[in-house]
Amino acid sequence: MGNEVLAEHINKDYEWGFITDIDSDTFAKGLNEEVVRALSKKKNEPEWMLEFRLKAYRHWLTMKEPDNWAHLPYPKIDFQNISYYSAPKKKAELKSLDEVDPELLKTFEKLGISLEEQKRLSGVQSNIAVDAVFDSVSVKTTFRETLAEKGIIFCSFSEAVLEFPELIKKYMGMVVPPTDNYYAALNSAVFSDGSFCYIPKGVRCPMELSTYFRINAIGTGQFERTLIVAEEGSYVSYLEGCTAPQRDENQLHAAIVEIIAHKDAEVKYSTVQNWYPGDKEGKGGIYNFVTKRGICLEDNAKISWTQVETGSAITWKYPSVILKGNNSVGEFYSVALTNNKQEADTGTKMIHIGKNTRSTIISKGISAGFSNNSYRGLVQIRKGATNSRNFSQCDSLLMGDKCGAHTFPYIEIKDKSAIVEHEATTSKIGEDQLFYCKQRGIDMEKAIALIVNGYCKEVLNKLPMEFAVEAQKLLAVSLEGSVG
Amino acid sequence: MITIKNLHASVEGKEILRGINLEIKAGEVHAIMGPNGSGKSTLSSVLAGREDYEVTEGEVTFNGKDLLEMAAEDRAREGLFLAFQYPVEIPGVSNINFLKTAINEIRHYKGQEAIPAKDFLSLVKEKQKLVELDGKLTNRSVNEGFSGGEKKRNEIFQMAVLEPKLAILDETDSGLDIDALKIVANGVNALKNEHNAFVVITHYQRLLDYIVPDFVHILYNGKIVKSGTKELAMELEAKGYDEIKKQFETVT
Repeated sequence: MGNEVLAEHINKDYEWGFITDIDSDTFAKGLNEEVVRALSKKKNEPEWMLEFRLKAYRHWLTMKEPDNWAHLPYPKIDFQNISYYSAPKKKAELKSLDEVDPELLKTFEKLGISLEEQKRLSGVQSNIAVDAVFDSVSVKTTFRETLAEKGIIFCSFSEAVLEFPELIKKYMGMVVPPTDNYYAALNSAVFSDGSFCYIPKGVRCPMELSTYFRINAIGTGQFERTLIVAEEGSYVSYLEGCTAPQRDENQLHAAIVEIIAHKDAEVKYSTVQNWYPGDKEGKGGIYNFVTKRGICLEDNAKISWTQVETGSAITWKYPSVILKGNNSVGEFYSVALTNNKQEADTGTKMIHIGKNTRSTIISKGISAGFSNNSYRGLVQIRKGATNSRNFSQCDSLLMGDKCGAHTFPYIEIKDKSAIVEHEATTSKIGEDQLFYCKQRGIDMEKAIALIVNGYCKEVLNKLPMEFAVEAQKLLAVSLEGSVG
Repeated sequence: MITIKNLHASVEGKEILRGINLEIKAGEVHAIMGPNGSGKSTLSSVLAGREDYEVTEGEVTFNGKDLLEMAAEDRAREGLFLAFQYPVEIPGVSNINFLKTAINEIRHYKGQEAIPAKDFLSLVKEKQKLVELDGKLTNRSVNEGFSGGEKKRNEIFQMAVLEPKLAILDETDSGLDIDALKIVANGVNALKNEHNAFVVITHYQRLLDYIVPDFVHILYNGKIVKSGTKELAMELEAKGYDEIKKQFETVT
């Protein structure tokens, strides 16, 4: 929504700028080597980048789309029926908020999104909205200057390929090689754009990289790629996503996120995902097949994933940490909420290689309506990972009796000194709890929100303050009408 | 305050209440006593609006309004409070946040603004003292990890904060030692005034030593079989429920 508005303006700039004929740019549907070459050319990529893409593409051809090993029934995707490059799509222009779907506006209101932001998100053309967009652009520039002073690089992936080729060559594919899985191979061949973030040695990033990202992410399309490199002793907290409902015409999203944490570095990666889940029947929702992985490359590194997933028709996602350095730490905090006919299969992998490595997994699944919500996680302690520890807690909350919650923990231990704990609970929102709330004057909707937010508290507490408040509201909105 | 006329209610097709008649006026304290299974808790649940119970006959007027027509949350907002026999735990929701939500929902219903944070905090502090509730408990999750006595005191604390018109105490004395019992009773006595009323449901006479009722009703087989003053409770304590059972078995 907002994406289109800003993208459109970026487009307009381009019309008068360096790149010509961008408006006519939508590739015919289908995927072959020519398409990959044309895409690379379009982006003015150097030869090595094209080679990377082609290699990935050729490998992808040898792979088979994964069978339904995940707990996710969905129709087969026709990869020849997708256009792999298109200029950001123009949305029908709306003159005022009156023309916007009132349901959408209600949601915005509940999320506490300002009127101007509402206009931007729903694609209303107004001078103010345009100003806001341009404001954002200037804000972006201000941020960039502050960051540059510290030597922090934060730019689009396309820019990084051109401006910092050595860094990209060194790190891209280090954690998620193009051969990793079907969707990772596809992404590596045809990724559209994304973000690159580099924190130099000893630098503590002075701000949450959020606002910037929201703008930066605009128009990057369905095959995003994010790469975060934290040098020795550095720290960064990175926020992805937006709590406002994001509608998108691309049904398949296959992104890659790679994180590399050097010695003593710490990376916090937080996601709030609220893509269009489809209608009540699940029609038209987004398929979110993401490969997210980080590596604690050297000693004492730390990577935390925190996610609140409420959107998409299908979510297939396992943010993972490879704990290579000694004493390194991996964390995964997740809330996954599914309603109506949504399906989620999400969890994490913690691969312990270094000595004294520690990992924590807290997963909170909430299923409502006819949805299915699965936790799938792997804890692997390799030989030589002495004194490694893992603690996993996987809780499921069911609302109503038509939904499902599943837990698939995989534990592989090759070192006897390891201590691995796994706890799992399944509960239902109790009639007793609801009645107790009602007896104190709290209505059903508020009561559910209260109980669910309480249930997710451990995870929500890990989010940056502002984001946590938004996430709380989002959970409440996503569950509306799910009981009673 | 509240008038109950010929109230019949059943759960899963089984009739539990078989024609309750009761009139409670502002400023009064009524005790409802009875043996196990007589319908004491059913009565409190039906009045509070629990959905598992089906009212098959009768009417209840609460401050001039038809109580049975109201949703459970609206009954609470109109000033009906139930101190639960088994207060539930709500993990992750702090007591204080829970109470604030409740207060503001009630205020919203009455067309009032949300309570200012400062006023709320001083209100909490004041009422905490009343029931000698540990300040730490107000910041913990609702009833989570509370001892039996703490849970009951927490109920009275919530009652004190919400200041209902009619409070029903459902076996609040069960599982309380004598000290906790006194604290609970002192709380109730301090809150008592000519504008509110209390219904104390209990199995034993013990609590009535501390909360002195104006009227005592004996519930048996879903009916009030005997009403009187506090002497009735003492009589009951002395003779036990067997006498009642013998006397009224044939009635039903």
